Amino acid sequence: MLKNVLIFFVMIMLLPRPAFAMHIMEGFLPLKWCIAWYLLALPFIIVGLFSIQKLIKTKPRLKMLLGFAGAFAFVLSALKLPSVTGSCSHPTGVGLGAILFGPWVMSVVGTIVLLFQALLLAHGGITTLGANAFSMAVVGPLISYCVYRVAKRLGGPQWLAVFLAAALGDLLTYVTTSLQLALAFPANPGGFVISFVKFMGIFAVTQLPLAVSEGLLTVITLNLLSSYNEDMLTELSVVLKEVSYER
Amino acid sequence: MKDKSFMLKNLMLALLVVLIVVIPLFIAKDAEFGGADGQAEEIISQLDSNYQPWFKPLWEPPSGEIESLLFALQAAAGAGFIGYYIGYYIGQARVRKNANR
Repeated sequence: MLKNVLIFFVMIMLLPRPAFAMHIMEGFLPLKWCIAWYLLALPFIIVGLFSIQKLIKTKPRLKMLLGFAGAFAFVLSALKLPSVTGSCSHPTGVGLGAILFGPWVMSVVGTIVLLFQALLLAHGGITTLGANAFSMAVVGPLISYCVYRVAKRLGGPQWLAVFLAAALGDLLTYVTTSLQLALAFPANPGGFVISFVKFMGIFAVTQLPLAVSEGLLTVITLNLLSSYNEDMLTELSVVLKEVSYER
Repeated sequence: MKDKSFMLKNLMLALLVVLIVVIPLFIAKDAEFGGADGQAEEIISQLDSNYQPWFKPLWEPPSGEIESLLFALQAAAGAGFIGYYIGYYIGQARVRKNANR
């Protein structure tokens, strides 16, 4: 009896269970793609490490703010939210840090969040860490940073620049995930494009309302930061004098 | 501290987020609200029925409860730091204001 129960439990433990995550699941990317995405993500992470080192050396006061950006990504990526498609996904939270510190720093912070989730939550994975880091820690922050800069240069209001930066960074993260899966699993017949559309239908559509949520949350957070912590943001040259909803 | 309309605007934005989260629950009433990745797995098996995951997570939370514990810890740690940080600077700004008076 006891032996049977034991065998039963061991069986359950050994059965491959779907690890629910919004990142690419452990083992679900062929080896060559795992390596390729690792190689592509690595340079960004190395540059990120250097820029963090430089930041801490030249502006030690900003260490806490860097921790804040990390904490924000930590919280947001822990929140699995329902979406209109009837499935759940979570925001990334890396847009805020990208606006504050630029994209490089966030490639390190985002990878740390992913590593935590891969090791402790079976969410994402070690083999797919490169691919997930590339989408969430490289593409997301890069898009956020660029959108923010362009929106500011075009003279858009502060809140809109922040909102668009965070929302688009979030959305494009999951578009990248779809792209990565489509590249690894081209449909037969139909090829890459068909697969891309299919994965986009899951990840990107689910992500749309969440991207809006992330945009709004980032606006609120930057509002709070800029009203109480203005001198630090000025030091970062984000230069949020006063949060202007109207121009 | 800041004027009332500032806090009001932030509050409205927060309310909007709550709405965006709650509305899907009513729109997609009968949905399972599983992870988007679960669906991705289905599509992968459609596209390539021979594909087998070649690596398993090194460690998995033994149950949904343990998993939600870890997610809650992740969110709590982050939120705790955020609260500390903002609270610290609100306090500092207040002290500065009182000193200037």
